[in-house]
Amino acid sequence: MSAGRIHVDHLSIELGEGAARFEVLRDLSVTIEPGEFVCLLGPSGCGKSTLLGALAGHLSPSQGRLSLDGEAITGPDPDRGLVFQQHTLFPWKTVLDNVGYGLKMKGVPRAERERRATELLQLVGLQGFERRYPRELSGGMQQRVEIARVLINDPRVLLMDEPFGALDALTRSRMQELLLALWTRMRTTVVFVTHDIDEALFLADRVLVIGPRPGRIVEELKLDFARPRSAALLTDPEFVQLKRRCLNLLRDDGHAPPLERLTPLGTPRWRFAT
Amino acid sequence: MSAVLPATTPLQSAPHQASRLPLARLTLQLSSLLACLLLWQLACAYRLNLGFVTFANTPRPAEVLEAALQLAQSPKLWPHLSSSLIRVAAGFGLAAALGVALGLLIGRLRPARLSLLPPLEVLRPIPAVAWIPLAILMFPSSEGSMIFITFVGALFPILLNTIHGVQHVDARLIASARGLGTRGWRLFTEVVAPGAAPSIVTGLSIGMGTCWFCLVTAEMIAGQYGIGYYTWESYTVQAYPNIVVGMLVIGALGMGSSALITWLGARLMPWQGAKR
Repeated sequence: MSAGRIHVDHLSIELGEGAARFEVLRDLSVTIEPGEFVCLLGPSGCGKSTLLGALAGHLSPSQGRLSLDGEAITGPDPDRGLVFQQHTLFPWKTVLDNVGYGLKMKGVPRAERERRATELLQLVGLQGFERRYPRELSGGMQQRVEIARVLINDPRVLLMDEPFGALDALTRSRMQELLLALWTRMRTTVVFVTHDIDEALFLADRVLVIGPRPGRIVEELKLDFARPRSAALLTDPEFVQLKRRCLNLLRDDGHAPPLERLTPLGTPRWRFAT
Repeated sequence: MSAVLPATTPLQSAPHQASRLPLARLTLQLSSLLACLLLWQLACAYRLNLGFVTFANTPRPAEVLEAALQLAQSPKLWPHLSSSLIRVAAGFGLAAALGVALGLLIGRLRPARLSLLPPLEVLRPIPAVAWIPLAILMFPSSEGSMIFITFVGALFPILLNTIHGVQHVDARLIASARGLGTRGWRLFTEVVAPGAAPSIVTGLSIGMGTCWFCLVTAEMIAGQYGIGYYTWESYTVQAYPNIVVGMLVIGALGMGSSALITWLGARLMPWQGAKR
């Protein structure tokens, strides 16, 4: 296990059918190091979630190659855990069964998977909620369960699509700290999609700014702020300066028309193929 | 040992609201029922005749009650009830098994949809009752034909609701399940079937309704025992109070079987619990 080096090589992705087909990403190349925390930052519809969906294996490239530790990515796999913006917990399973689900698929006996799930729930601060159903939890708790459900598979890569985008500001900052704490323990590679500049700069080792249509990397920022990071960082002069730079980058084509939102599964209207 | 502070302590589940019926509500509901009975009694007593509808020949509530008591003591009650119940159980059981199985396949797999749906689409608009003459020709025993009619009546609501349920399982849930390592048939058992379950239960309760409707019609034409046969026979032998008794029994059986489906649905889907 461990490792988790992602290699994206001249990747292009097209979405849509027939005449409505359009190029979302064009000739994008990047390497992400094992254990690195990378944020993809860009405006809505720029293709950052599409890149994430391709890394998860839900979308296939029209050109180029994606690989994890040298193996080509050809479909979804528990080694690459994906966390959606809105939780995708199974409403018919309890919190404990949701978290233990990945182990169930691997054939781990019930007692063992419940033990591991309980451990992980403790780690994300949800002890006492094991027997609840997802709809009984708040948005922040649901995302904690979603993260725990993915982490139980010991993924080499954690892929997150604006996971805290639907949460209120206070919950969001607590979740960011939780995520950093988990990452410090697990050291998986994290690819985190967001359109929130503060969030990207606060979390990442490296921020890739993506420009829209066709999506490509327009800027790469290395962030050497000391860890563990705290909320005080948000007002650090260097942080503020970087934030200004990002704002300028994102505003560059402020006159461009707003774009349709994309998801890791394609366009929102996209139906799952059988 | 937790990495960070816990979300919050578990909520104490709210004390269960005492399900005490307000007396006023109960009184109103009861008096409404009594008023209906009274209107019925009056209409019969004065042989109300409005020209287009007449109460001259209808039995009175007291006569119906008497007939009901008689039926309750009659040795024929059980044969009537049991033959109807067995027919519904057989027809509905077959329809549920086939409807859910076909629905899961058709809803999820394109080849199944293309190959199985066209003949079903042709048969679907034909009301089950229209099958009666052909069913009598096709099945040597009248028992077989009646079960077939109930089966046809229940099949389509169950099938269509299952297909609908499967097609509306959130694509993100399926993507997530695949990402967590779900392969092959387990996608059906772990995600598709439970995801479609609310819709399937809706189909089952609609199917149960049409089932009784079709059975009673079939029994009136082809039966020897059964509660529909009892109702129709009462008309032919001019035992008019028995007609209403038959109607009420059919109503009670239909209500009971619907309640059974609802109860089963709630037992099978505890996660839906407090949503309503």
